[in-house]
Amino acid sequence: MERIGLLRMPIGNLQSAWNALYELGFDPEMVDEQSDFDELTHLIVPGVGNFKAVMAHLNAKGLPNKIRAFAATGRPTLGICVGMQLLAATGTESGQTDGLGFVRATVERLPGGPGMPLPHVGWSTVDLKRDHPVTDNVKQGRDFYFVHSYAMKCEDETDAIGITNYGDDFVSIVGRDNVVGFQFHPEKSQANGLKLLENFCYWDGQC
Amino acid sequence: MQLLLDGRLVKTIRFDGKRDVGDPVKSSAVYNSQYADELIFLNISRERRSVNDLQKVITEVSKVSFMPMAMGGGIGSAEDAANLILNGADKVVVNSVAYDRKEVISRTADTFGAQAVIVCIDVRYDAEKQDYVLYSDCGRRAEHITLEEHVEAVIAAGAGEVMIQSIDRDGTMKGFDIDVTRRVAAVSTAPVIAAGGSGNYDQMKDCFLETGVSALACGSLFNFSDSNPIRAKAFLSNHGLNFKKV
Repeated sequence: MERIGLLRMPIGNLQSAWNALYELGFDPEMVDEQSDFDELTHLIVPGVGNFKAVMAHLNAKGLPNKIRAFAATGRPTLGICVGMQLLAATGTESGQTDGLGFVRATVERLPGGPGMPLPHVGWSTVDLKRDHPVTDNVKQGRDFYFVHSYAMKCEDETDAIGITNYGDDFVSIVGRDNVVGFQFHPEKSQANGLKLLENFCYWDGQC
Repeated sequence: MQLLLDGRLVKTIRFDGKRDVGDPVKSSAVYNSQYADELIFLNISRERRSVNDLQKVITEVSKVSFMPMAMGGGIGSAEDAANLILNGADKVVVNSVAYDRKEVISRTADTFGAQAVIVCIDVRYDAEKQDYVLYSDCGRRAEHITLEEHVEAVIAAGAGEVMIQSIDRDGTMKGFDIDVTRRVAAVSTAPVIAAGGSGNYDQMKDCFLETGVSALACGSLFNFSDSNPIRAKAFLSNHGLNFKKV
């Protein structure tokens, strides 16, 4: 039986993600630094806000090692939005900051420009680059709902499951071993977003 | 776009004559299954200008609807806006405070990003002046500023989107006001949403093709006719307009 943990974050609205998981038939638990992660089968790290500030919050609570220890057991681990960005080795928002380091990647500001205001908000297309259990039954070239100004660039192209273009190509779905990340908000992306969440929750972490 | 009054959905005509059109939670579940791009809720109660009713609705609606949601009507402070966003709204819609308390826009945009603030501008055409007059306070108070000046001022304050709503067209199903929408789109550096008058898909096509508008908000079209967002987008796609693919 799946036991899904949703990590509590300092700001932002977790309820929408919780509601989406509940709608899918799961009974997710809000977890924090006091929780026993060993009891979970899946961990979700959501996140809204500034890379450096969110990472500082995790560090202050001793959470990075706890998240790393969970993922090291091979259990499925998901980052959403800034939670995906934290999976990278390095963030650059408000200065260079170490991330959780699951993926050899950096998180950089999108270029912006005429007709491409930042933050990038709205429905944009995800171009699926390779098969992955989490994208099963999600069609190529569908649109998802984004709200962000920074995005991930991977050193190893095979870590990029989905690519989106907004002035420049960036990684919108990342996957390495048992860790995956969505730059968009699956909980706001209707049927396809919910499908991704459902796939993640039934995933065993094997590729 | 869904109008709230005392916990029910209603539809008005020229901001008056409210007809009950159902339950906000059930209706939102239906729009979710019909792939609407976004939902906008406006609390139109003239007696109770507070965000309490909106908070109750967002809590329930976010259990059945998994798309971006904007909420407004009665937002009087940055705290009101923050409460709605922290309870599940992705964006807030402000109107009256955009005239005399622009710091509500700025503070909300600073905290949550410019994308979180939609400024709604309600207008009536004044035949004597041969120009549009802007209204706040649910269409009751005329404001003495031109349309273009106000659009530029709210964007400078931090608005991420501008919604232009024709009171004359509201609920009439006679089509969007092309002229006023075009004027707003011409000066706005932010995406523009047009509201008021949706009655059929042809009118939507005309407004998209003739004004430079980014999005259309529809109430009556989906409330009172055999229409839905899936069919609307299929029709508009046949005219070369791009919509999200789900």
